[in-house]
Amino acid sequence: MNGLTNPMGTSVGKKLMMAVTGLGFCCFLTIHLAGNLTLYGGKDFFNSYVEHLHSLGPLVTLAELGLLFFALIHVLTGMLLFYQNYNARPARYSVNKRAGGRTLGSATMPYTGVILLLFVIFHLMNFHFVDKTNTTTFQLMSNAFASPVYIFIYTFAVIIAAIHVSHGLWSAFQTLGANHPKYTPFLRGLSIVFSVVIGIGLGFIPVYVSLLR
Amino acid sequence: MTKNINVTLKVWRQKGPHVKGGFETYPATDISTDMSFLEMIDCVNEQLTLDGKEPIAFDHDCREGICGMCGAVINGRCHGQEKGTTLCQLHMRHFSNGDTIVIEPWRATAFPMVKDLVVDRSAFDQIILAGGYISVNTGGAPDANSIPIAQEIAELAMDAAACIGCGACVAACPNASAMLFTSAKISQLALLPQGKPEATSRALAMVNKMDELCFGNCSNERECEAECPKEISISNIARLNREFVKAGLVSVVK
Ligand code: SF4
Ligand code: FES
Repeated sequence: MNGLTNPMGTSVGKKLMMAVTGLGFCCFLTIHLAGNLTLYGGKDFFNSYVEHLHSLGPLVTLAELGLLFFALIHVLTGMLLFYQNYNARPARYSVNKRAGGRTLGSATMPYTGVILLLFVIFHLMNFHFVDKTNTTTFQLMSNAFASPVYIFIYTFAVIIAAIHVSHGLWSAFQTLGANHPKYTPFLRGLSIVFSVVIGIGLGFIPVYVSLLR
Repeated sequence: MTKNINVTLKVWRQKGPHVKGGFETYPATDISTDMSFLEMIDCVNEQLTLDGKEPIAFDHDCREGICGMCGAVINGRCHGQEKGTTLCQLHMRHFSNGDTIVIEPWRATAFPMVKDLVVDRSAFDQIILAGGYISVNTGGAPDANSIPIAQEIAELAMDAAACIGCGACVAACPNASAMLFTSAKISQLALLPQGKPEATSRALAMVNKMDELCFGNCSNERECEAECPKEISISNIARLNREFVKAGLVSVVK
């Protein structure tokens, strides 16, 4: 076999990169959700969670850089895949019918992905790249979710994220080669449960915060 | 019970690779429900020939579901709506009097148009040529059963070997990916001891060839598995992924 072709550049290599980074984001979502659930413990509980998190200092920066690196891989590879897949079938069928494999999640991956990218940038501008010297994160949230437009944007984005992971989670396992009659049905179920948990868990926060005011 | 029905066909007609194609409508009258789909097209073609028109070009050979030559997209479904069936084994009893049936060729960059419903699937042959074989020395035939193979493994290899190379998986895939076909071919060999020595180079070579031929990238849509006339499972794709990781990331092959 010639050593010319880099395995990561092949279709399967790209798929593997999407899977590994995607699973990374699923872990992140879980941690993010767990952290944000402290909101239901009240304003002070939440602010103390934020403080604790930030007191980790360099660890947080490291995690942020890791996520940024993952995001670059996931987004750039995803865009390349979208482009290549379009080129693999530029002529469309005039009648399109699903045979039962495609789901809402799998059919919309590139589109939900782009929406999520835009949302993440928006979200970071709201809560990350802001001056927090004279305010608390809770205060920032409370101000943001005073606006129904913000509530709508956030809730909508969370639903999009839920749709994205409903396919992404089990798909990542399949890509990593984990497919077995014993646990694949479980993984598919887990994907749905995970997406519902993320959807409800994160989706209610804007509404809850606006009710607290 | 046999009865005769009338249906309307909307068929993709295209004179050649680089000319513009389009749908033509033809009546298919007095079609016995015992006929196969291809026999129905035969009837329409006879009429077209009598009328002095060009008959519809379509691929076929065995007409018993084993050769993999036939195939078209019928009302948006590869090989028609019946599960686990090739087009030649789809019968007109699954249609009703008065139906309009839309017939399109497989569509993929890697399967260039030849004429009407015929596309060039030689890309599959190239994937096989890249590594879908085992190398054996000539000489006396080895004793049968000299290498023990577990029943379960033999079954899995046979399931994968059921692929007839029809191309429905590519046609059904929203990304026009050839992963189901390639994974079936990789699996049938990788599962068996005879295929193991070349498993590494095979996985790399076949995947690279598949990409080079402009097939799309698999995104686990599972449409291939649902449309495959031989019901090849996507667990083969997971096996291909494992073989590829072994070959590309941890093997000694450079
Ligand atoms: S995997 Fe199934 S659909 Fe694809 S070529 Fe083989 S038999 Fe046809
Ligand atoms: S003609 Fe041989 S499989 Fe249909």
